[in-house]
Amino acid sequence: MTTETKPEPAPAFTPSGIEVPVLVTPEMLGNPDPGLPGQMPYTRGIFANGFRGRRWTMRQYSGFGSAEESNERYRFLLDQGQTGLSVALDLPTQCGYDPVDIVASAEVGKVGVSLSNLAEMEVLLDGIDLGAISTSFTINSTAAIIFAMYLAAADNAGVPRASLSGTIQNDILKEYVARGTWIFPVKPSMRLIADSIVYANQESPRFNPISIAGAHVRDAGCTAAEEIGYTLANGLAYVNELLARGVDIDSFARRLSFFFYVHMDLFEEVAKFRAARRIWARLLQERYDAKDPRSLLFRFGVVCGGSSLTAAQPLNNVVRVGTETMAAVLGGAQSIFTSAYDEAFQIPTEQSAELALRTQQIISHESGIADTVDPLGGSYYVEYLTDRMEDKILRVMQEIDDYGGVVKAIEEGYIQMRIVERARERKRQVDAGQRIVVGVNRYQRDEEHAGFGEVFRQDPDNRRRIIAKYEAIRDRRDNVRTEKALKALASAAIHDDVNLMPLLVECCHAYATVGEMVGELKRHWGEFQEPPLRA
Amino acid sequence: MSLKGKRILIAKPGLDGHDVGAKIITLALRDAGADVIYTGLRKSPDYIARVAADEDVDAVGLSILSGSHHTLLAQTLDELAKLGAANIGVFIGGTIAPQDTQALLEMGALGVFTSEMSLNDTLSALEAALS
Repeated sequence: MTTETKPEPAPAFTPSGIEVPVLVTPEMLGNPDPGLPGQMPYTRGIFANGFRGRRWTMRQYSGFGSAEESNERYRFLLDQGQTGLSVALDLPTQCGYDPVDIVASAEVGKVGVSLSNLAEMEVLLDGIDLGAISTSFTINSTAAIIFAMYLAAADNAGVPRASLSGTIQNDILKEYVARGTWIFPVKPSMRLIADSIVYANQESPRFNPISIAGAHVRDAGCTAAEEIGYTLANGLAYVNELLARGVDIDSFARRLSFFFYVHMDLFEEVAKFRAARRIWARLLQERYDAKDPRSLLFRFGVVCGGSSLTAAQPLNNVVRVGTETMAAVLGGAQSIFTSAYDEAFQIPTEQSAELALRTQQIISHESGIADTVDPLGGSYYVEYLTDRMEDKILRVMQEIDDYGGVVKAIEEGYIQMRIVERARERKRQVDAGQRIVVGVNRYQRDEEHAGFGEVFRQDPDNRRRIIAKYEAIRDRRDNVRTEKALKALASAAIHDDVNLMPLLVECCHAYATVGEMVGELKRHWGEFQEPPLRA
Repeated sequence: MSLKGKRILIAKPGLDGHDVGAKIITLALRDAGADVIYTGLRKSPDYIARVAADEDVDAVGLSILSGSHHTLLAQTLDELAKLGAANIGVFIGGTIAPQDTQALLEMGALGVFTSEMSLNDTLSALEAALS
């Protein structure tokens, strides 16, 4: 009898700005039938059987210090039931500097493993069966080099290239926007990527030569809709680059894969993945006329954690990562990396890394949420969000098109500016308490860092030992062969129609270093010039 | 709060490419009235010190998310001292393990600001340190 006097609840919005109704009813949906998994438009998943056919790959991003230490951590994670490797490389390797380079001096082996030449790669993978384990490398401007090094390592181990599976990130466009490990200007970088995709299709057809990543722009601050919008726009830029070479769409589209962050708004994250699958499949079919059904499949891995984790009360992050992992599973991810609770401020300890892996094992084996395909399909709210997320993503892509395309938007700093705007907005909301982050702006504790666990410490002697190994290999290698390989690379770099991959593989076999190979290419191609800060 | 008239250099030392925090603090300082220069990515401590001295700034902010803060702070302080500009204060922001803050302050950092501090608290602390 008093219901009509109750005030209406305040309007609520998802972090992407989609209005959240108090109740969703069927008449609020456009087309209430989301179709079937494994069929166009793949909203409900790319496989008819979902995870009943095949579980996601549990792939913990890991690597630090020397190749020996990282190899030890990989063997530990594999012994604990991890099903794929994910190699974190240090910044010098990512930016193309050898460990002896003065600009690299503070960062050798810091945020990942130092991998300057084939000998280090062989130590890193020692005792791991490359034909049986899939390996992912988070590497971009030097991706073609690290891929060449991986192929050379497989050659030396007697593992056929055709049996290799895994992924190199190899997505330079988002590096210019958010992650910052660019080296060369856009044009030659796109060439290297196209070279590696074409070569991988021929040599190692089970290996994903690119993982187009939205994770980093998202973690830098943009919304879930922008994360997908920018990433699909980048994906299409790579597709166009390959088509411009006269390559057939169906010869490479099935090997394109994607990579995203999962943050805390569970249903919006699920809707994001469902909408992305639908948009990609339609684009490839309608705009690019792909005929092979495999070309339409939007395959993606995720990372749970990142900037949604807090340094304050770090054990709270276990709950965050658990929630995000559920969103990833309900969204149909092909591989999942769960961050460790201490990752907001340090390289995980063995104990926190194990707990992160256990989090997804518990969800996989105990929760039952992976036992039926797309269990949220047909939920009024999730279908409502999926439709609206699709609209928002398409609007972001249109905005980029209107600007003049993704390359122009990046070179002129336009997307960078949008991300800073979003990040400032988010910071204002958190500072003002409008967006609650438990332990940071609500339920804080006086004693600092309550619940803080074990401290990870790097071996301070690492850099010296890595440099000693580096110098030894340069003394020991056949320098005549190395010089010859580097010279061949340099002269091919000026001809756009030569695929550089076989030349890079030969450089790696000859124990040329990452810095040497990058140096040859830099001489011809120059370096990317960062656009000034726009606001 | 006002940082009016203060000249501040925000810098990204080393190879770390995460620059959103540096950009946000640059814009927040500008809004608070300071004259701010942002270096862009991958600057060496020696370059940063030279710009700081040439531009006669009151303080340098180093944004570091790669875990290399001890080394990069030490190198920047060193380079400033070599140029006779040890009076320029250096503060740090980024991903800094809580247990490292004290050591950075003891090495001579003017302040250590992480992303979980509110921008207002960060600006107030800077204003106090620079007044």
